[in-house]
Amino acid sequence: MIDALGSPGSLLLVGGTSDIAVATAKRYLQERPLRVVVAARDTPRRAAVADELRTAGAEVEVVDFDADDEAAPERVVAAAAAGGDIDVAVIAFGQLGDQEQLAGDPAAAAALGRVNYVAPVVVGTVLANRMRTQGHGAIVALSSVAGERARRSNYVYGSTKAGVDAFFSGLADSLVGTGVSVLVVRPGFVRSKMTEGLPDAPLSTTPEAVAEAIVTGVRKGRHTVWIPGAMRVVMSGLRHTPRAVFRRLPF
Amino acid sequence: MSETTLLNGWGRTAPTPAVLTPVHGDAEVRAVLARAAAGGRGVVPRGLGRSYGDAAQNAGGHVLDMTTADQVLAFDPETGLVDVEAGISLDELMNRFVPEGFFVPVTPGTRLVTVGGAIGADIHGKNHHVAGSFAQHVRWLDLLTADGQVHRVSPEQDPDLFWATAGGMGLTGVILRAQVQMKKIESSRCLVDTDRTPDLDSLMTLLSETDHLYEYSVAWIDTLAKGKRMGRSVVTRGRFATLDELPAKHRADPLKYHGSIKVKVPDVFPPGLLNLATVAAFNEVWYRKAPKRKRDQLQSIPTFFHPLDAVGGWNRIYGPRGFVQYQVTVPFGQEEAMREILDRLSAFGTASFLAVLKRFGPGNPGMLSYPSPGWTLALDIPVMKGLAGLLDSLDEVVVAAEGRTYLAKDSRVRPETFATMYPRLEDFRAVRRRVDPDGVFTSDLARRLSL
Ligand SMILES: Cc1cc2nc3c(=O)[nH]c(=O)nc-3n(C[C@H](O)[C@H](O)[C@H](O)COP(=O)(O)OP(=O)(O)OC[C@H]3O[C@@H](n4cnc5c(N)ncnc54)[C@H](O)[C@@H]3O)c2cc1C
Ligand SMILES: NC(=O)c1ccc[n+]([C@@H]2O[C@H](COP(=O)([O-])OP(=O)(O)OC[C@H]3O[C@@H](n4cnc5c(N)ncnc54)[C@H](OP(=O)(O)O)[C@@H]3O)[C@@H](O)[C@H]2O)c1
Repeated sequence: MIDALGSPGSLLLVGGTSDIAVATAKRYLQERPLRVVVAARDTPRRAAVADELRTAGAEVEVVDFDADDEAAPERVVAAAAAGGDIDVAVIAFGQLGDQEQLAGDPAAAAALGRVNYVAPVVVGTVLANRMRTQGHGAIVALSSVAGERARRSNYVYGSTKAGVDAFFSGLADSLVGTGVSVLVVRPGFVRSKMTEGLPDAPLSTTPEAVAEAIVTGVRKGRHTVWIPGAMRVVMSGLRHTPRAVFRRLPF
Repeated sequence: MSETTLLNGWGRTAPTPAVLTPVHGDAEVRAVLARAAAGGRGVVPRGLGRSYGDAAQNAGGHVLDMTTADQVLAFDPETGLVDVEAGISLDELMNRFVPEGFFVPVTPGTRLVTVGGAIGADIHGKNHHVAGSFAQHVRWLDLLTADGQVHRVSPEQDPDLFWATAGGMGLTGVILRAQVQMKKIESSRCLVDTDRTPDLDSLMTLLSETDHLYEYSVAWIDTLAKGKRMGRSVVTRGRFATLDELPAKHRADPLKYHGSIKVKVPDVFPPGLLNLATVAAFNEVWYRKAPKRKRDQLQSIPTFFHPLDAVGGWNRIYGPRGFVQYQVTVPFGQEEAMREILDRLSAFGTASFLAVLKRFGPGNPGMLSYPSPGWTLALDIPVMKGLAGLLDSLDEVVVAAEGRTYLAKDSRVRPETFATMYPRLEDFRAVRRRVDPDGVFTSDLARRLSL
C-alpha cells in the first residue's frame, strides 16, 4: 500500500535497467527499504542493477521482460503480483532509434512503434486491470516532450511518445474512483544511456531529477509532470510556433 | 445494499474503494464472508471509522458496516453488566445509561466510536493509569471467525483468541456482541482540577507525583513553544462528583445528561489555512486563557471528555490533503526520548495545535494492545513536505527507547519498525493462522504492515 504520506511498499520497474527507472528506485530507497521487481531483458546490466538495488536496501526480484515478446506483459505483472500488491509501477523501457535509418526502413519504424507504443499500451492495460482489482496503485508512464510536437529530427520516436502520452492520459481518466492513479512523465533531454554520445540539448536534465519529480508527483497525486518544470512553458510556446518556423528550428 | 465506496479514516488520507455492506446478525455477516473468500481480496469490519489511518478499509475487497447492529441486548442495573451488539456507539451507551447511573468504563476523546472499534483497537482513556484499557472491561465477546462459526471468547475461554482480538484491528474475525462492565456513577458531573505548567520538566514532575490522586488525567502541550517554554502545558484532572458534592441546583436531577448537538464544519477548507502563524496564535491564546491553578470545577461529561465532539467533522479543517496523528509511547525512565521527540517536532515547526501527554498504567495481555507503562504522546500533523522523513526519524527514537506506536492512529509507520515495536506480533500471527488459515480477514493496514 502507498501510505498516507506517499511511501510505497513495493515497486515494479518495467524496463528495469533504464537509468530513469533505477534512479527512481534509488530515490524511493533513500526513504525506506522496499520490494522492487526488476523486469528487463536478461543482460549483465540487469544483474548489476539487481545488485545495486539490493545494496541500497531493496528486496529484489528479477523477471524476464522483452517488449518484443507478446506474452511478456501478462507474465511480468502476474509474477510481480504473486509477491504481494504492486504499489507503484514504472513503465520505463523504450528506444530512441536512429532517425536516419528509420526514415528509410519501414520495418525498423514498425519495430520501434511496437517497442515504444504497442508494448506500453499492452503493459498499461494489464497493469490497470490488476490494480483495479487491487483497488489501489500508481502507474508511472514515461512519455517525453518529444511527443508534444514531433520534430523532423526524431518524429518516429516523437510519434510513439505522443501515442503513449495520449493512451496513459486517457487511461488516467478511466481510472478515476478506482483507487488507481496514473502519472504521465514528460522529461526533456535526459543524460542517460539512451542519449549517450548525443550533444547536450538546452534544459538538459538527469535521471535523478526525473526520479525526484516522479516520487513527488506520485506523492501528490499529480497527473503529469514536466522535467525540468520550465519545459512545460517552452513546449507550450513551441506548440504554437508556426510550422514554417518550427521546421527550421535547429533540432 | 452493498455498494462500492471510497473509504478513508479520520485523517482523510489514502482512500481506497471497497464493497461496503451494512450487516446485522450472523447470517448477513456469513453471506459477505462467503463473497469475500471467493473474491480474493478479503474482508474487514468497520465501525464509525474513527481510526485515523487505513485500519477499517480494504482496497478492492469487502468491508462490513457494523453500525446497523446497535442494540442493547441485556442490562443488569445491579452489576452494571450490559450485553450489546458491537455496532453500538459509546455515545448511545452514554445516552442510555448515564441517566441510570452508569458510565462507559473507558472513553476515548470522542464518543463516536463503536464497541467493536473500542475492542478492535483496545482503546484507552484518561483513566488508563487506574482502569486499564477497554478490553479489560469486556467479560466476553461473540466472535464470528473465517469458518463462519461464532465463538464466545473471554479472558478465561480461549484467552489467546480473546487477547488477539483485543487490539487485533478486526483481523481475527467479526465481533458481533460483547458484555461490557459499566462503571457506577452518582452524578453526571465531573470535579476537575486544572494546572498550568511552564515547561516539560514541571509537567512530568506534576503528573508523576500526583496522577494517582485522580481517576482521569491528561495534559495538553503547546508543541510550538520552544526553548525554555518547550513543553508548556495545561493539565486537567478529575473524577465524577458524588451526590453530596453536587451544588443544590443539580441535586434534583444528578444524572441529567445529553450529548451536545454537533455544529458541522463546512466541507471546503483551503489547503494551508492552518499555518504556523494561525496555529501559534491559537495556542498562545489557549495557554494564556487557562487558569494557572483551579480546583474542583464542575464540568459536564462532554466538556471534560469530548470537547472536540462539539464540532462535527472538524477533521476537514486540515484541508484536502488530510492529516496524520502521531501517537507513541515510551517507558518510564525514557523521559529524555520524549523530550527529544518534542524538541524535534517543535524544531520542524509542524502547524499542530495541541499535543496530548498522558501517563499509562500497566499494560494487558493483548498481543497488539498499545498501552504499556510509560508516557504516551499524541498530536495531529497536517500532511506536508518532509513529514515522512521526520516521523521515520522520530520512530527511531521511539524504538531505541523500546516504545511503540498506536495502530488506531497510524497511517505511515514502516513495517519492519512496527515489528520491532510489537514483540508479540508472531503470537498474533499464529492465532490468525489458526482461526483464519486462508487469510480472509485483511485490510489496507494489514497489507501495508504485513500483519
Ligand atoms: C477525535 C478522536 C479522539 C480519539 N481519542 C482516542 C483516545 O483518547 N484513546 C484511544 O484509544 N483512541 C482514541 N481515538 C481512536 C478511536 O478510539 C479508535 O480508532 C476506535 O477504534 C474507533 O472506533 P470505530 O468504531 O470508529 O472503529 P473503526 O475506526 O471503524 O475501526 C477501528 C478498528 O476496529 C475494527 N473493528 C471495528 N468494528 C469491529 C467489529 N465489530 N469486530 C471486529 N473488529 C472491529 C476495525 O476493523 C478496525 O481495525 C480517537 C479518535 C478520534 C477521531
Ligand atoms: N533519456 C531521455 O532523454 C529521455 C527523454 C524523455 C523520455 N525518455 C524515456 O524515458 C524512458 C527511460 O529512458 P532512459 O533515459 O532511462 O534510457 P535507458 O537507460 O536507455 O533505458 C531504456 C531501457 O529500455 C530498455 N529496452 C529497450 N528496448 C527494449 C525491449 N525491446 N525490451 C525490453 N526492454 C527494452 C533497455 O533495456 P536493456 O537493458 O534490455 O537494453 C533500457 O534499459 C524511455 O521510455 C525513454 O523513451 C527518455
